[in-house]
Order: sequence, then C-alpha cells, then structure tokens
Amino acid sequence: MIAYVIRRLIAGIVLIVVMSIVTFALFFASPIDPANFACGKNCSPAQKEVTAAALGYNDSFFEQWGKFAKGVVAGRDFPDDPKVRKTAPETIAHCEAPCLGYSRERTSTVTDLIKQTLPVSMSIAVVAFILWIIGGVLLGVIAALRRGTIIDRGLVGLSLVLYAFPTFFVGLLLYKFVAIDWGWVDVPRYTTIADGGVTGWLSSLLLPGVTLAVFFMAAYVRMTRAYVLESLSEDYVRTARAKGLPGRTVTFKHGLRAALTPIVTMAGLDFAGLMGGAIITESVFNYPGMGKLAVAANADFDLPTLVGLVLLLATFVIIANIIVDLLYAVIDPRVRLS
Amino acid sequence: MADFHSGTPSFLTVEELKVHFPTSDGVVKATDGLTFRLERGKTLGIVGESGSGKSVSSSAILGLHRWGNALVSGRILLDGTDLLTLTDEEMRRLRGKEVSMIFQDPLSAMHPYFTVGNQIAEAYLVHNDVSKKVARARAIEMLDRVGIPQPDRRVDDYPHQFSGGMRQRAMIAMGLINNPGLLIADEPTTALDVTVQAQILDLLQDLQREFDSAIIIITHDLGVVAEMADDVLVMYAGRAVEYGKCKEILTHPEMPYTWGLLSSVPDVAGDTESRLVPIPGNPPSLLNPPSGCPFHPRCTHRDKVPGDLCRTSRPELLPGSRGEGHLKACHLTNADEVFRKEVLVEINPELAEER
Repeated sequence: MIAYVIRRLIAGIVLIVVMSIVTFALFFASPIDPANFACGKNCSPAQKEVTAAALGYNDSFFEQWGKFAKGVVAGRDFPDDPKVRKTAPETIAHCEAPCLGYSRERTSTVTDLIKQTLPVSMSIAVVAFILWIIGGVLLGVIAALRRGTIIDRGLVGLSLVLYAFPTFFVGLLLYKFVAIDWGWVDVPRYTTIADGGVTGWLSSLLLPGVTLAVFFMAAYVRMTRAYVLESLSEDYVRTARAKGLPGRTVTFKHGLRAALTPIVTMAGLDFAGLMGGAIITESVFNYPGMGKLAVAANADFDLPTLVGLVLLLATFVIIANIIVDLLYAVIDPRVRLS
Repeated sequence: MADFHSGTPSFLTVEELKVHFPTSDGVVKATDGLTFRLERGKTLGIVGESGSGKSVSSSAILGLHRWGNALVSGRILLDGTDLLTLTDEEMRRLRGKEVSMIFQDPLSAMHPYFTVGNQIAEAYLVHNDVSKKVARARAIEMLDRVGIPQPDRRVDDYPHQFSGGMRQRAMIAMGLINNPGLLIADEPTTALDVTVQAQILDLLQDLQREFDSAIIIITHDLGVVAEMADDVLVMYAGRAVEYGKCKEILTHPEMPYTWGLLSSVPDVAGDTESRLVPIPGNPPSLLNPPSGCPFHPRCTHRDKVPGDLCRTSRPELLPGSRGEGHLKACHLTNADEVFRKEVLVEINPELAEER
C-alpha cells in the first residue's frame, strides 16, 4: 500500500513537470513578445534588447524552464542579472522557494499572489462542497427511494432547471434579492477569520457558496439518483431482502454503499477543480480569489502568474486523484491492494 | 405428492397463485394460476424455459414482489399460514428464517463490499437475538458444514476471493443458517462449472436430509431435476402444463412441451445417431399469450387433435391416462402412445426398441 502511494506520488511529480513544460511551451508559442510588455510603450529597439537580456527572455526555452524549475526548489532573484545587481540592486526582487515566478505586472511574486488568493478560493470551494455534497446526495437518495412519485419528479425537474441556469445568473439573483432587496444577509464581502471570526468568515461565504453549490448540487442529485437506483436493482440487494433484513438496512447498508464509490470519485475531482478558483462566482461577487486572478492575469498577458496558477491547479487535481484512488480502496475491497 | 386432491394439509400449499405486472402496454401475466404442494424433506423441481414464470412464482413465495408493482393473488400456505395475508413486517420476519432462497449467480448475489462471513452472520443476526461473536461463530460453523476449507480463515474473505463453487456454497450456508423449512433454489447450478454443479447438488441433498427442509429447485436442466426432484412441475407461459412424480414425468411425459424439453437435452452417453430436437419458435409473450393452448403455435403434434381445439380452448391441468398422480394440460388423448412411437424413437432409439 505504501509502495503504491509512493509510486503514485512519483508519477504525479513527473506529470507536474510535464505540465509545466507544456504550459511554458504554450506561452512561447504565443505571438506576443514579453520583452515589449516589460519595456513599456515608448520603447526603442535598443532598450528592448537590454530589457530582454536583463530579464532572460533571450535565453533558450530549456534554459528559461531550468531557471524556473530551480526557482521552485531553491528560490531565485528577479531579474537574475549580475549587471543589474551592480547598477540597481534595489530593483531586484527576491523570490523564496517554492518560487513560481515573479509577476512584473503585479510587482509581486506569484507565490505571494497565490498566498493572498488561495484562501478565498478555498473557502468558497469548501463551503460550496459541503453544501452540494450534503444537499445533492441527500436529495438524490430521496428521489431514488421515492422513484416515480411527485417528490422524485419534482426534485429531478428542479435540478434540471437549476443546472440549466448559468452561474452568473444565479449569483446575480442571490446578490440582488437575498443581499440587497431583502437584506437577509450582509452584502457579501470577503472577510478573513482574522477580521470577522469564524461566523463572519462563514457568513461572507454564504452567497458565493450557495451560488456555486446550486450548479453542482443539481448535477449531483441526478447522478446520485441514477447510481442509487442502479445499486438498488442489483442482485445483492435482492439477497439482502431475501435474508429478511429490515428495509432501512437493505437501502442504506447494502444499497447506498455501492452507489457511493462513483460519487466519491466525482466529488474529489470536482472539489480539486474548484480550488483553482471559481472564475464566474468570484467575479460576480468580486471576491479576490484565484479565479479572478487568473482572468486578470490572462488579460494582462501576465505569463508567470498564469503558469503558476496552472501548475498549482494541476497539482491539486493530481493530489485529488491519488486521494480518490486511495478512498476507492477503502470503500471497495475489490480494488484493495494486498 | 402430486395428488393435490388429498385432504391432508401439506407443508407448503400453493393454490391458484397469480402474479401479474401491470404495464403501460397491458398486464403481463407472469404467473397465471399455479397450484402445487410440497412436504418437508421433499423436493419439487420447477422446469421451463426462460420467461415461463418459474422465478417469478418462487419470488412470490418469498414475498420479494412486495417491492414492485406486482399484483399477487391466490394462496400460499406455509405450515398453515397464508403468506399473502401477512403484513410486510410479518413477512420480513419469515424471510430468511422459514423460507430462504439461493440465487443463480452467486457473484452478483453477494455484496462485493462485505466479507462472506459478515453477510452470512447478518442473516443469523437479523433473526436471532445473539451477539456478533456468536453469529460469527455460527457463520464459521455453517461454512464448515457446506464444505469450505479453513472456514475460520475464509470467513473474512470477500466474495471475489472465493471461486464460483465456493460462493454458491457460501450462499447455501447463508440460506440454511436459520434452518428454514423451505429452501428455494433458483437455478443454483446454472452459473457453475459442470464438475462443481454435481458437488453443489450433492451438498443440497445432504443438507436437505440433515435439516428435513422442503426444497423447490428451479431449473431448465432436466438432468438437475432427475438428480434432485421428487416431484416435477413443468411450466409454460405462466402456467403448469405437466405435474407429477419425477420418474413418471421423465419416463412417460404426456405433454408435447415436456417432450420438447426432453428432446433438447444432449445425452453424453447416448447414441450418436440420436437427434437433438430443439423446440421450434420462442416462448410466447406473457402480455398477449396465444389463444387456446399457449403452446399450440410451437406444437408439432397439434394436428393430432381433432378440430380447432388447440387454438380455441385452453386445456385444463387434469389427470391423463396414467392416473391421478400425473396431471397434464393437453388435448392429446393418446399422448403416451405418440411419445413412444414418434418422440422416443428420435431422441433415444434404443430405449424405444426396448419397450
């Protein structure tokens, strides 16, 4: 088992390295010259050449990638140029390991940018995750158990409608009515635990969390319903009934257990994806999360930030994959490794 | 046993059992008036093609239809109690205790996520007020009884770690752990290797002697019937078409459908000249069964019946020429003769000559 985990971790690291090379390559393929950006509007060709040299844009692809990789492990300086170090040491920014790069547009290391934005995205993701898992699975099970009744049809129909609503629409509706018109909650503004305590933090996450959860919940209701129905029609459920087990034991012990496996998989991957930032939700509520950062970085052609965000998200997904696989083994003895 | 005109009450008496499934296309009459009885220690073989209503009828005895939208009528008397009048809770208490069932495919019939021992002990725990430890000990005892080697170790295995035969043994252990009076075995050997089949049948017979249980064995394999059954009930389109002592039915069948089943059995030791004669056509739709005798569209002997009788009137299940103990639902009056002269020569020429 431990050997398996180690194997998976090594494979994950290899995957991240490959991801970083691919992301790097994508930006190299872009027609925009980063030196132009760095140098500014009224840049003469000579100035541009100096800037490019100072910032290392003239180095080969693998040299640049090597510096980046070294920075992740050991940290690095920006710009890492001996001439600049002599002439203007005050312009050099040091980036501690793990250094994901330095954003010139935001005059900040990418690691710092992530440190500021990740808690916001993660908070929204956690709150949304809890809401949608509890709501989605619970309602899905209810729909499956009341199959064919008004309750089932109502839940399935409602989830279809909610699924069809775009996130920005749901978010704006909640914003306008719940927060502004009816005043049930404060106008949402991200509050850290340090500022507002746990209650303040949670209440600031309520609307964005619900907005995000509604979409996923709708999908999970339908998914759970389908898996539970499938599981309840299995032969082993009939065996459980034939043994004379009470209905509740049959449904919850024998029926639900098998339906859980695929739901756990989906939930793990969806959650990992969300940690990278919920772009629309964060934009609607103007929360300074990673999703918003990614959109802004994209608009500014802020390559270092984008590369850092992509890699971080990839890491999340890879880790979530490993965790899901391990959970699988816990749930299903058939995939347990001896 | 086949004589259900006798007055003495049987251990299991099924009378006019009907299981109908209303669908949007009409009513599917999966079982349409089934009557039989069975004593303790005896075995009834229910034979028929897929879709003839065998499994549905036996599931009805266990009350498994209660989860669907099936309409069940008639009477199922087990030891004097009509199972169809019981509440769901009363039926649940009987299920697995007085009546047990083992299923065709032991791999899908066992929960993949729980250990074999856990699943067997669960059947004991639900009907007996004992500790988990006692139930586990009982599960090990049963596993030992059904011939699982090292049962104290294998009890913690998962079903996928068992072989097919062992899984079916474990299912039998689960079915018999509460010493039920009636065991329903729904094609218990169909999913198994032939060598394992014989072992499982042997085991069932042993256990039957030990526990004095009644067994209903559902099968399409006449070899299984010949091996196991005291009585045989041949089902077609949801009804019994022939019913009597096992030996009687297998040697002197009087219904062309039973002939067809017999002709479809390959005989390993038999003459290579003997022919395998399949029954033409497919089992009828239970939604719109054929008029008259439901078997008439596939029956090669319907010309021997005068007039349009086979097409217009459904034959009742009545004693034929072989006496009270052998019931058949067929218009043929000289069935025994037709069988000897036309069917037996095809499928077993030697036997035909001997007579």
